[in-house]
Amino acid sequence: MNTSDATPGHLSLMGILRTSWHIWRKDLLIELRSRVLLNQILPFAVLVLMLFAFALDGDSTTLEFFAPGLFWVAVLLAALLAIGRSVATEQADATMDNFRLGSSSPVAVFFGKTLVILTQLLVLEIVLAVGVIVFYGARLSEPLLFVSTSVVATSGIASAGTLYAVAISKLGVRETLLPLLLMPALVPVLIGATRAFGDALGTAGVNGWQWLGLLGAFALAYLTLGALVFGSLLEEN
Amino acid sequence: MTTPTEVENPRSEPAAAADFFAVNSIADASVSTGSATTKVLGWLTLAGLVVLLVFAFIISPEDSRETADGAIIGQFDAVRLLYLHVPAAVFAYVAFALTGLGSIIYLWKRSRWWDHVAHSSAEIGVVFCGVTLLTGVIWGRPVWNTWWEWGDVRIVTTLLLFLIFVGYLAFRSVPSEPRRQARNASVLAIIGALNIPVVNRSVEWWENRTLHQQSTLEELKIEDATLLTLMIGFAVFGLMFLWLLIHRFRVAWLAEEVEQHGLKQALRRRREEAQREAMVS
Repeated sequence: MNTSDATPGHLSLMGILRTSWHIWRKDLLIELRSRVLLNQILPFAVLVLMLFAFALDGDSTTLEFFAPGLFWVAVLLAALLAIGRSVATEQADATMDNFRLGSSSPVAVFFGKTLVILTQLLVLEIVLAVGVIVFYGARLSEPLLFVSTSVVATSGIASAGTLYAVAISKLGVRETLLPLLLMPALVPVLIGATRAFGDALGTAGVNGWQWLGLLGAFALAYLTLGALVFGSLLEEN
Repeated sequence: MTTPTEVENPRSEPAAAADFFAVNSIADASVSTGSATTKVLGWLTLAGLVVLLVFAFIISPEDSRETADGAIIGQFDAVRLLYLHVPAAVFAYVAFALTGLGSIIYLWKRSRWWDHVAHSSAEIGVVFCGVTLLTGVIWGRPVWNTWWEWGDVRIVTTLLLFLIFVGYLAFRSVPSEPRRQARNASVLAIIGALNIPVVNRSVEWWENRTLHQQSTLEELKIEDATLLTLMIGFAVFGLMFLWLLIHRFRVAWLAEEVEQHGLKQALRRRREEAQREAMVS
């Protein structure tokens, strides 16, 4: 994006926040009307929890012990769908180009899209949390750590996801390419969030707050990186 | 149809560097990726490989030592795999670092030259990384008594690095507008390259459950002949990397030239057609 053409108002902190807010509102409005998250992605995530139970012979001890990891794998699989969907909604009418024409700051677009995915995944995680408590018999021993881990780890997933998804958004093969690119990058989040949840659900004798620090560093790194390079990704040739 | 005399060059690369990687004009029928430099490099690599094999299999000893109670322990012949494993690992990392560097420079200078370097280097890096993993797995069976150890942070993160760059190459293999592809691939490569320090420091960062020895080289615990063989391994892999990189770079360069050439030809043909139509009417 050619910043010299944009009015200073769009580049100020308030301008960025305002644009992010508008994008967030727009996407949630689309969700309220289309109900793709509610009717498709959410049931899929619950289905994944069920598949794990079948794969692990429905053994309640095993399921409770591995509940943290299974929870986050379910989140990652559902996140792929949510992220793909988030970019697809922009692709249909080439709205990403319109953002540029409207001289929106790329940073604002990045934060807006990240915030949308963050919100959607957090809603999904509330359902999944109930799922692992009911289906797997998980017990919440540190609620504050549980909630902080969810928010911080999901920020990492949402920011990295937005970055990768937009990088490949113009390709015909984006649905098949996204998992290959995104999943290896998210492995640190899976490890960190599983360990932190192990502490929060009382299944692992580790200090979950230290792992939360790693997750925070990851999220911060991707948010910074996204803010730096998102402009290049949105550029027209 | 006449051959166009000159294809204008829209790129802005450093003149000396471009000269080093220079290829003949696409109009030349006998175009090749070989040159005096690559021939020398190629022969040196080949000779080096022979020397490396002789050192690895004949001159260097097997790894064994006697413990206080008289038992013989060590890696025995399996140690010979390390002369392939360690240099391949090091140059896989070098290759990915170069891809990261090339991508940063591409985003900064927008020079296609650096984009080709980044792409070529990543391809070689993936091959070297594959060799590293394969030799590591084969070596692990007799020495660690397991093909794979999920608790070992270094092999797990190397596999991850391998997959990240396989993804990068998958992205590059999808046809799309060249400049957009170069730009977005650069972003992907930079993110991928940022994983290298994580890989390197992972032993310290994550749980210290590694089976890997802590930098045997630094402590100079290994035998002279072993150390020398390893050094030869580094030199040979360095030459091989450079040799492959130059050839792969030239292939990428020529592929782009062909594409542009084809487009120009098609435009010219269409223009001639339009002129003929105009004259007829």
